[in-house]
Amino acid sequence: MQDEPTPIELTRAVADFLRNDIAPLTSGHQAFKLRVAVNILDLVARQLAQEEGSDAAEVERLRALLGIDGSVTDLNRALAERIAKGEVDLATPGLAQHLWQTTMDKLAVDQPNYASYKRELGRDG
Amino acid sequence: MIEAQLSRSVVRWCEGATGVTGAAKLSGGASQETWRFDIVRPDGAIGAILRRSPKGYGAAPTRAAGLAAEAQLMQLAYEAGVPSPRVMHVLVPDDDLGTGFIMQRVEGETIARKILRDDEFAAARPLLARQIGGVLAGLHRLPQDKLPELRHMSAAKEIGEFERDYRSLDWPKPVFELALRWLRDHDPGPAAETTLVHGDFRNGNLIIGADGVRAVLDWELAHLGDPMEDLGWVCVNSWRFGEIDKPVGGFGSREELFAGYEAAGRKVDPVRVKFWEVMGTLRWGIMCGGMMQRFREGPDHSMERAMIGRRASETEIDLLRLLAPRGS
Repeated sequence: MQDEPTPIELTRAVADFLRNDIAPLTSGHQAFKLRVAVNILDLVARQLAQEEGSDAAEVERLRALLGIDGSVTDLNRALAERIAKGEVDLATPGLAQHLWQTTMDKLAVDQPNYASYKRELGRDG
Repeated sequence: MIEAQLSRSVVRWCEGATGVTGAAKLSGGASQETWRFDIVRPDGAIGAILRRSPKGYGAAPTRAAGLAAEAQLMQLAYEAGVPSPRVMHVLVPDDDLGTGFIMQRVEGETIARKILRDDEFAAARPLLARQIGGVLAGLHRLPQDKLPELRHMSAAKEIGEFERDYRSLDWPKPVFELALRWLRDHDPGPAAETTLVHGDFRNGNLIIGADGVRAVLDWELAHLGDPMEDLGWVCVNSWRFGEIDKPVGGFGSREELFAGYEAAGRKVDPVRVKFWEVMGTLRWGIMCGGMMQRFREGPDHSMERAMIGRRASETEIDLLRLLAPRGS
């Protein structure tokens, strides 16, 4: 077991430092690059906070859908193959709901400000 | 250095030119660069743009039509009254500038978010969807006997290429698989009519002024195929930049786009347009995967490229919104 602060806390500390102390000192292309860098750290912090829970739920759904066990990567590969072969499609109970949930969990990490995501999130609430 | 080469070039073909000034690189990857500069003449400077592959980068990637074809297409468009820069000179070996061409600079904005937000374009915005329909109709009517040699792409061929690209990424994505199946199941077959297809006609590749569309840029993916492909691509959600209820580049409705196209004397097939919108959404998603791969394998190890890899999920939610919409 590793000591603390946790990776999330450390990553957030760096992101805050760059955002609050360094960004005001930059301009032009450097300011743009710094914004990208801060966005990356924010994404990493979101993933560190959310991935464990969303992956576990995803594995549960995939096991129910496919009737097999495995890692989240293996199960995604298996689902991709079954869709490619036409064995599973949108008429398969649970598939659409699974893909929607999985995709929403990805957007929550990748691009929580993406307009389509915000629209669909409003539908959930 | 490039100013000296450009100066030597312009005096040979531009009447009255004495040299160039203000050369600045606007964008550039490893194989293609865009420069802006001014041609100096006693009776007034001419704003110009250089598009070139530097020496040693002659070979175009398989999908690109190449800079020579791009110059020819822009010139044809210009002559036909489709908003386009005037091509002034196609580079020759004596120019010592590589391969490419020089065109007259068109003033205006290409950055999509500015076009969608800035006051300067407020009057133009509501007109753009319909205007784009008219521009596309003109583009699809360019005389085929004058076109450079271009690839012919059917829907089936494109699905095959995207599937190959996607499989080569070894990136199992159930939503992409679903989209590939949908495309195969809904392939509308050969188009009733084959025309020039721009291939990358979207918000971001247009120069917009307060009066509307001033020029269509980036013809490097031009090919022959189903004209409805361009109408579908311009509607892909990724090019709406947040204005998701205005399918045509964030400007307006499909109905306005279609009306502009049909007012210019061409017919729209909405089912095909929808098919190409799904195809285009998947296409951008797979391109995001390609960016991730190039980031991993180099030479472009930039943060921007890395982050584009993380935008594939945007196309997944958009594909689900198209193929498995939830109740409204």
